Amino acid sequence: MRLEYFQMVDRILDLDPAGRIIRMEGDVPEQSPIFEGHFPGHPILPGVLMIETIAQTGGWLVLATLRFAAMPFLLQVEKAKMRSFVSPGQRLETTARLIHDGSGYAVVEGSIASGGKKVCDAEIRYRVVPFPNDTLRGQMLETARRIGVAEEYFAHA
Amino acid sequence: MSSTFETVAGIIADTCDIESDTIKAESHAINDLGIDSLDFLDVAYAIDKAFGIKMPMEQWTQEVNDGKATTDEYFVLGNLCRHIDALVAAKSG
Repeated sequence: MRLEYFQMVDRILDLDPAGRIIRMEGDVPEQSPIFEGHFPGHPILPGVLMIETIAQTGGWLVLATLRFAAMPFLLQVEKAKMRSFVSPGQRLETTARLIHDGSGYAVVEGSIASGGKKVCDAEIRYRVVPFPNDTLRGQMLETARRIGVAEEYFAHA
Repeated sequence: MSSTFETVAGIIADTCDIESDTIKAESHAINDLGIDSLDFLDVAYAIDKAFGIKMPMEQWTQEVNDGKATTDEYFVLGNLCRHIDALVAAKSG
């Protein structure tokens, strides 16, 4: 994970658009300027970044489901619970399930676990719209390759 | 069994915190009830779930933007319920 760049997904473990599920892994860095402020003497991953991690994980599932034909943007967070502190160096496994593929929007349920213990869960809703430009689309495809999204899901790219 | 309108009105009342008495078949969701786009997405999600359908909101929005339909066609609740009934019938047919 590179927190300052909002890179919350290191690698895809499983991606199954037909089964509407994704699992990914990410390693919380040992060092980050974020930990200097959150909090001095007690560095923990901010809860908003846990939510962002679920949102990005579910976002990759939505992108793969749509074969990169449109981009999901975070719209709404429901029932978010931060259940435990997350410290520098912890490995996180995030799972997201697509529970509704609406017209122009999508809904996922996601959770983060570390060491077999659930640390966060939330329902995320996205507005799904055409990519605003080729720069973003190209960058998303590049990132998709880096984290291990299979090329078969790039059909509309 | 509740009518389509009763179900939709209940969803709107619960989702948007609007008094049930003010929700009529002739009410326009935006102009009369003041539902904004984010709240309407909540309503759409609840309707999709309640009726087991996928309201084609992108298509409807495109029709309005292209001047092929007015917002009344999709946002006046009586009309919206008619479209929902058609989607339910198409699904079961």
